Amino acid sequence: MLKFPIYLDYSATTPVDPRVAAKMIPWLTEQFGNPASRSHAYGWDAEKAVEEARAQVAALVGADAKEIIWTSGATESNNLAIKGAARFYEGKGKHIVTVKTEHKAVLDTFRELEREGFEATYLDVQENGLIDLDVLRAALRPDTVLVSVMFVNNEIGVIQPIAEIGEICREKGIVFHVDAAQATGKVDIDLGALKVDLMSFSAHKTYGPKGIGALYVRRKPRVRLEAQMHGGGHERGLRSGTLATHQIVGMGEAFRIAREEMAAENVRIRALRDRLLNGLTSIEATYVNGDLEHRVPHNLNISFAYVEGESLIMAIKDVAVSSGSACTSASLEPSYVLRALGRNDELAHSSIRFTIGRFTTEEEIDYTVELLRSKIGKLRELSPLWEMVQEGVDLDTVQWAAH
Amino acid sequence: MAYSEKVLDHYENPRNVGSFGKDEEGVATGMVGAPACGDVMKLQIKVGKDGVIEDAKFKTYGCGSAIASSSLVTEWVKGKTINQALEIKNTEIAEELALPPVKIHCSILAEDAIKAAVADYKKKHEA
Amino acid sequence: MFAPTYLDWNATTPLDPAVREAMLPWLDARYGNASSRHEYGRQARAAIDEARARVAAALGAHATEVVFTSGGSEANNLFVKGAAALKKPALIAVSAIEHPCVREPARQLARQGWTLREIAVDAQGRIDAEDWRAVLAGRPALVSVMLANNETGVLQDVAALAAEARAAGALFHTDAVQALGKMAVDFRTLGVHGLTVSAHKIGGPLGAGALVLDKRVELAPLIAGGGQERGLRSGTENVAAIVGFGVACERALARGAAEAERLAALRDELERGLAAHGAKLFSAGAPRLPNTSFFAVEGIDGETLVGRLDRAGFACASGSACSSADPRPSGVLLAMGVEPVLARGAVRVSLGRDSTAEDVRGFLGALGRLVDELKNLTAMAV
Repeated sequence: MLKFPIYLDYSATTPVDPRVAAKMIPWLTEQFGNPASRSHAYGWDAEKAVEEARAQVAALVGADAKEIIWTSGATESNNLAIKGAARFYEGKGKHIVTVKTEHKAVLDTFRELEREGFEATYLDVQENGLIDLDVLRAALRPDTVLVSVMFVNNEIGVIQPIAEIGEICREKGIVFHVDAAQATGKVDIDLGALKVDLMSFSAHKTYGPKGIGALYVRRKPRVRLEAQMHGGGHERGLRSGTLATHQIVGMGEAFRIAREEMAAENVRIRALRDRLLNGLTSIEATYVNGDLEHRVPHNLNISFAYVEGESLIMAIKDVAVSSGSACTSASLEPSYVLRALGRNDELAHSSIRFTIGRFTTEEEIDYTVELLRSKIGKLRELSPLWEMVQEGVDLDTVQWAAH
Repeated sequence: MAYSEKVLDHYENPRNVGSFGKDEEGVATGMVGAPACGDVMKLQIKVGKDGVIEDAKFKTYGCGSAIASSSLVTEWVKGKTINQALEIKNTEIAEELALPPVKIHCSILAEDAIKAAVADYKKKHEA
Repeated sequence: MFAPTYLDWNATTPLDPAVREAMLPWLDARYGNASSRHEYGRQARAAIDEARARVAAALGAHATEVVFTSGGSEANNLFVKGAAALKKPALIAVSAIEHPCVREPARQLARQGWTLREIAVDAQGRIDAEDWRAVLAGRPALVSVMLANNETGVLQDVAALAAEARAAGALFHTDAVQALGKMAVDFRTLGVHGLTVSAHKIGGPLGAGALVLDKRVELAPLIAGGGQERGLRSGTENVAAIVGFGVACERALARGAAEAERLAALRDELERGLAAHGAKLFSAGAPRLPNTSFFAVEGIDGETLVGRLDRAGFACASGSACSSADPRPSGVLLAMGVEPVLARGAVRVSLGRDSTAEDVRGFLGALGRLVDELKNLTAMAV
């Protein structure tokens, strides 16, 4: 039985795994203590649960539990890591480096630092969405204090060469931050081996609840941060505010499941992705955005030439997908990530991100392929661009009356 | 984005989709917009000897509101003289379709398409 | 789990069952990201809008004035730092009894060139009128005074303070985290520029709070990114917690004055018993929340007493939860001029919607036994 709309937007958010919800519910019922309350059992129980979850999060990424700081989500983690490190180390230099295809939570934080007097370099990516290590090396300067590169891109799913970037940064003594919101449960992360200093995590992209995330802060060699939220001194003073026990417990359980099931799940998801890929690329004039090799199997981003993205989304409302990232989908601007790959605006406009997850079925994939095939046919019948192409017109030579 | 009933109707059942033969008598074409902006409208009118628009067809690359705006104007221009067609204002289109503010540009584009088609007609026939 | 009688409602509250019911679908089939434009996302967006209207209604504010955050601490940080970020360093004044999540951001500003002035309180814990006039004479740019204190429960006349601060050209913020749900809180009547509330203090979940903000006040966000909450607070919305916050506000509003009267009656019974046991009640002469009693028994250490009470089945606190690992006596009491030796004896009992007369009597019975026991121990030690 298909349930509509078919959810293929797992990179925007994931359902809470029922096993995770089951762990959370007691903390919404009889166990409600404030983990900072040291004077009674309600508080102690909550504190114990929080520490257990911290260990579960650490285990997924090969870290020590003491290196995990709770936050309200990956956006806050990114803000804390980037502003916190840049401000702490600004005495050493005021140059910071990131990539044009990062999430807004990183890019907007960089812009804020620029307004404060930092100098930022935004690296281009190659056509496949990956950064060129030589371009990175060339961008680093003696006054560079921070590099921030995401592990897995939210729009096109490509995996950046984090291990290699880590080597380069460590050699030069530059703090290296990685936004891993889209990576947990999809790629192996071993912070014992990776030379990463700061790493952001989110629960709700990995079948945990919204409103909770974490920041990994390396202890050896030690990385220091300036706190962004001050108050009761929770989380070793790095992040004040009462901890939401049920959410933390949920994140711990979600990460425990991810660790145990990731290998098997990736095989299943890759098979579904291949089925979707084969089905959709059999439609004429479709283009996959981003490298297919260095990519999580969960993501397929495709441009359908000569149809406009919003009308396409409207035509396929039986499937829940996104054009561009969820955060920018309220705007009419084409995706800046696809633009950074060198896609023209027209193809950027007509791109759809399909993201597959734990509860996706073969039947859903098959339905989606058929729906796309028929709707794209209909929209191309409506499309003056498609008509011109069929008549042999090269659209690049047309003088458009832009408005 | 919540679309109005009328937009959805035109989007699901667009009126007068297609193209006239290039060399058909009295046919004029207005093509406005650009792929880079996310909308291209092609509006064709077929004008009789009396200057009355006998038929109209469109093809549109664009969002639901753009498709609906162009579908609507093919209905509206039919039976009008070319000068009457020029009086169709984008505000009337926007009002008829209950377009939200961010979609007003679609109605402007549709008005421009009429102007471009009429200009094409005049260029061909008054030269 | 062994369930002690919970008398620490100012630290956090058990989730209201109606709130839990409202939240559960959002941890289940309704999992959309509120920024997504498909059905899943639209459902989430609609739920957030509804919750925003409920929170606004409980506070006499307009829905567009409500900025959701991860909690009270973040909302306080957002106002203090966010307002300061768009001003030239000047004078910031906060009361001497603020929660750390107002005091510490203010201290952070002091490290960035601002002048921090603490506003003194009198022996009852109320803003000292003379010192307040002196503060205003210094033309502060930012002022924050909490509506109700978390330890003593003392209320400040925020409406009057805000009016005077506004007249002196300051932005005025109040932390109303402890006030909401225990007394009427009306954003318009208070006349403040910003007001902080938190869900988990009123039967809502941990992980949601809000800053109610006069829209004429510009703030720089603490958390940049996707532009949620009018750009004031980026990050995927915690839909379940926000929905829960909305329902908790609605429930608090419905309980209203009747619940405050019920709590006040219980509290009065408690305080008569405390007096009989020789306890000294702090701020007894000031207007206070109806649910909070902060007291000390001379010669008995507060930490010890709270620990013994816990073992006897009564969960209370020796001060605020945040500072419960801190061995120093309550800063609030020291600011009131209470002798450190007495302040070290402080115990806070805070009642809530499930508290009963039986709880109060049971507590007083246990307290009486423990006080006698501990006094004998002290006597032996001497």
